[in-house]
Amino acid sequence: MTAPHFLVHSPKDNVGVVVVEGLKAGTEMLGVITENDTTLHITAKHDIPIGHKVALGALSAGETVIKYGEDIGKMVGDAETGGHVHVHNLKTKRW
Amino acid sequence: MASQHADLTFQGYRRDNGRVGVRNHVIILPVDDISNAACEAVAGNIKGTLALPHAYGRLQFGPDLDLHFRTMIGTGSNPNVAAVVVIGIEPGWTKRIVDGIAETGKPVVGFSIEQNGDLKTIQDASRKAKEFVHYATELQREECSISELWVSTKCGESDTTTGLGSCPTVGNMYDKLMPYGIHGVFGETSEITGAEHICKSRAANENVGERWFQMWSAYQDEVIEANKVDDLSESQPTKGNIEGGLTTIEEKALGNLEKIGRTCSYIDILEPAQRPAAGPGLYFMDTSSAAAECVTLMAAGGFVVHTFPTGQGNVVGNPILPVIKISANPRTVRTMSEHIDVDVSGILRRDMTIDQAGDALIDMIVRTANGRNTAAETLGHREFVMTKLYRSA
Repeated sequence: MTAPHFLVHSPKDNVGVVVVEGLKAGTEMLGVITENDTTLHITAKHDIPIGHKVALGALSAGETVIKYGEDIGKMVGDAETGGHVHVHNLKTKRW
Repeated sequence: MASQHADLTFQGYRRDNGRVGVRNHVIILPVDDISNAACEAVAGNIKGTLALPHAYGRLQFGPDLDLHFRTMIGTGSNPNVAAVVVIGIEPGWTKRIVDGIAETGKPVVGFSIEQNGDLKTIQDASRKAKEFVHYATELQREECSISELWVSTKCGESDTTTGLGSCPTVGNMYDKLMPYGIHGVFGETSEITGAEHICKSRAANENVGERWFQMWSAYQDEVIEANKVDDLSESQPTKGNIEGGLTTIEEKALGNLEKIGRTCSYIDILEPAQRPAAGPGLYFMDTSSAAAECVTLMAAGGFVVHTFPTGQGNVVGNPILPVIKISANPRTVRTMSEHIDVDVSGILRRDMTIDQAGDALIDMIVRTANGRNTAAETLGHREFVMTKLYRSA
């Protein structure tokens, strides 16, 4: 199988993780949901570094971000499908 | 196929108390900060010994002093240590540590500096250390069952690849080896925040889960809430974590917990540096998430091989506990290859399964137990860092 551009832990997740170096905006990305081996395709909206998260759908401020099928915090800014999700638009609900 | 691990053996050093070590150190252990110089002088005189300098041991009291003694005695008692020379400024606390280590049956002797001075202490201690090296170097490894191995885990400079690859690799190893009676331990109390509901549910029974939750809550209330100024951004997650793509403590915690696999449950809660006493199985130790502190506490608890998933490339080692580094991050494996013992970056490319990665780690654990030096050992990483609970008197 072709190496994926991003991986997703759970079908419930609304973010994935970029697993290749040097990913450029505009790349037609192949993603794999590791829990059930299904594939998905999304166009990258930004250059996203390896290990950083990509929005699987449009995410609005206030929305809960799900990864591992669990709550990992809330959006404090918007992200479009294929956009970069990190400290600029996602924040913990703890401390 | 799980049954392939049932007959696994390794070549270890069986100590008088029945425990098995995978290294054979003669250590020179300072009771306190001001005895470091004498210990380092002895280690300089006698080749094959190792001084463990540290910053504490004076005017501590209460639970903080208890932890100091538990860490000192636990370190000396670790089966990876063949014999111990203890040096302290005065004889009382020195003897307390010597007596604690002597319960293992291994050779241990104490020296104190007051009324002798550094020079006489160094001379006397060096002669004893030389005897201990002769003793230790004649000990032979023997074949031991995998069930006699105590394997600890703690990850560091995590990123999103640790949750995808290197932490599940450790979890797979525990799922495969725990049925054969090994001891395991995980910890990092602050770093379970965001996954505490899952961690609580992974206890062997409700009582242990409730005790775990009380311990976790106490840390939140007494340390984090009492001392935080804003949030813990840049500490939990660390700057390195954030560079690697981790955004929140919840995300970090969920990745961290991948280290305990799918089928393991923890059977007891340990104080920092406490020795497990409930038999084979997985334990939770109440530790800091700082790598050197956590690994030092686990070594003092008696663990003999450590598995350390890293994403961005934490380079930590320990003087007596071999630390095996596992990474799934292809950039780290490429730019920091000298630090990585097990490359599982194939998991991200989908050309390696978690099951294969777990087998590769088990293979490296056995090779390490047999004597292969880890990357951290060859690079001289010997971070021995005591945990301090509060200011000394």
